[in-house]
Amino acid sequence: MSVTQRGFTAPQATGVAQPPEQAAQSHGSSRQPAGAARSPAIELTGVSKVYGKGRTSLLALDNVSLTVAEGEFVCLIGASGCGKSTMLSLVAGLDTPTSGQVSTAGRRVTLMFQEPALFPWLTAAKNVELALRARGVPKQERRTRTTELLETVHLGGFAGKRPHELSGGMRQRVAMARALAQDADVMLMDEPFGALDAMTRDLLHEELDRICAERALSVLFVTHNVREAGRLGDRVIVLSSRPGRVIEEVKVDVPHPRRIDSPEVAEVGAHLTGLLREEMASHVR
Amino acid sequence: MSAETTRTPVASLVGLDNLELGPQPGREFLRGNSAKLLGGLWPKVLAIAIVLGIWQLVYLSNYKPHDIFPSPVTVLPNLWHQAQHYQLWQAIGTTLRRAVLGFALAVVIGSVIGALVSRIKPLRAAIGSLITGLQTMPSIAWFPFAIIFFGLNTSAIMFVIVLGAAPSIANGLIAGVDYTPPPLLRAGKTMGLRGIALYRYLILPASLPTFVAGLKQGWAFSWRSLMAGELLVIIAGSSSIGVLLSNDQNQADMTSAMSIMIVILLLGIAVDTLFGSLDRTIRRRRGLADTALGT
Repeated sequence: MSVTQRGFTAPQATGVAQPPEQAAQSHGSSRQPAGAARSPAIELTGVSKVYGKGRTSLLALDNVSLTVAEGEFVCLIGASGCGKSTMLSLVAGLDTPTSGQVSTAGRRVTLMFQEPALFPWLTAAKNVELALRARGVPKQERRTRTTELLETVHLGGFAGKRPHELSGGMRQRVAMARALAQDADVMLMDEPFGALDAMTRDLLHEELDRICAERALSVLFVTHNVREAGRLGDRVIVLSSRPGRVIEEVKVDVPHPRRIDSPEVAEVGAHLTGLLREEMASHVR
Repeated sequence: MSAETTRTPVASLVGLDNLELGPQPGREFLRGNSAKLLGGLWPKVLAIAIVLGIWQLVYLSNYKPHDIFPSPVTVLPNLWHQAQHYQLWQAIGTTLRRAVLGFALAVVIGSVIGALVSRIKPLRAAIGSLITGLQTMPSIAWFPFAIIFFGLNTSAIMFVIVLGAAPSIANGLIAGVDYTPPPLLRAGKTMGLRGIALYRYLILPASLPTFVAGLKQGWAFSWRSLMAGELLVIIAGSSSIGVLLSNDQNQADMTSAMSIMIVILLLGIAVDTLFGSLDRTIRRRRGLADTALGT
């Protein structure tokens, strides 16, 4: 494992994201480094999003540009009203930008939310299988793939359980298996661990680290938790509120494996907290 | 790899799973069910005893002559007596056949209308509130129309049953579709469910509990419509519960009339129990049973 310098470097505040190649490589040997020639997994160029019209219109995102390289893990952090969820909807193609461009270069994109949103009438296995079915995976293959996916999230023994029989963390892992079943290259995560207790979240961070490395996923991860951002991200993008703009990009040079309670991650967290406080203070009227 | 992270994270995860799930309910749950059945029985028996007691008290008060208001001691043996004759069972058969047929028709029509209205926006704007309006309209008000239109025959009764039940069934489906939780819809769309697949795998299963509630209400309406219909539309040569009741009225035979009313009540309760257990099964499978008061 190539251990880069400890701590982090904060490039000057800029609206445009850094070229991400180095960032991807800093994520340790297990993650696939992005080749210089490959297009970024996610690319937002001058994206703005306005909701509504006339006097009641709301500028949610203002000229946001950012990239996520292949295999890179980027965290988005910001106070309320920074348009994080809007951004994920745009990348997922659930919404269209008012101006600017969003590109995933034809990659499959999947989303995970704070609520697992499992179908309560289906067992864990059937929930995962439905995602395979929606993709047109043949029946024979579906069964083995479902078993594999549940084992990936260490829930092999719970295939026949319905969501309400599982704990919150287990449900979120089934949701993860279901997201993985979509065989996406890009995973968008909207505070997926926000509703979980710290202990469970910590364990799921490790799971996520492992799965992202195994599958060379490119991840855009929204969080409110500065430590979580420091724990998981190769880079952390700090957004301003109303409208959402990129105010700073923090490269996290902490080597993997990381721990959320390590001094290095804490240091990144403190830095991010400082940035967020400054941003919030600017909204005093 | 640093020493502090080499302790297998999987072990902690699996251990946490076991801790969080706690002891499995399995067997205890089953035992609980039969105990619940017994436990649920005595309040019912008590309630029936209280009703019979009040009935007997009113009878003893001599508020009405005893041939106009007979006591349970007269009515219950009469019911037992009628139950041993073919006539009552034939009447129950005719009535239940009509009920099942009419209700089935209402389910088909109500579901089709509900599905169309929930999918097609202009259609909803056009007849969405009409459906609710129809639901509040007393079905007996349709009988003059039905009798003039169809004549004194089974079609008139069926027509009113369908009109009574279909709006509730349609509304149940529409509400179910409308209240499909947005997070589930988002998850389904992310998964790539579109069009018919979205309905088949997500929206219809998600709306099932509300749909069953609509069915249950629709049944209540259709049963009422049927009783009204059988009293109003007397078809020569065909016996039904309504006909028996109507005969009793003509002969001022209160004892028999009250026996038949008890039959109607029992049939209503029996069918309602069926819907109730269907509803509970669905809720339990989805982990909603805890919020409902189990009986």
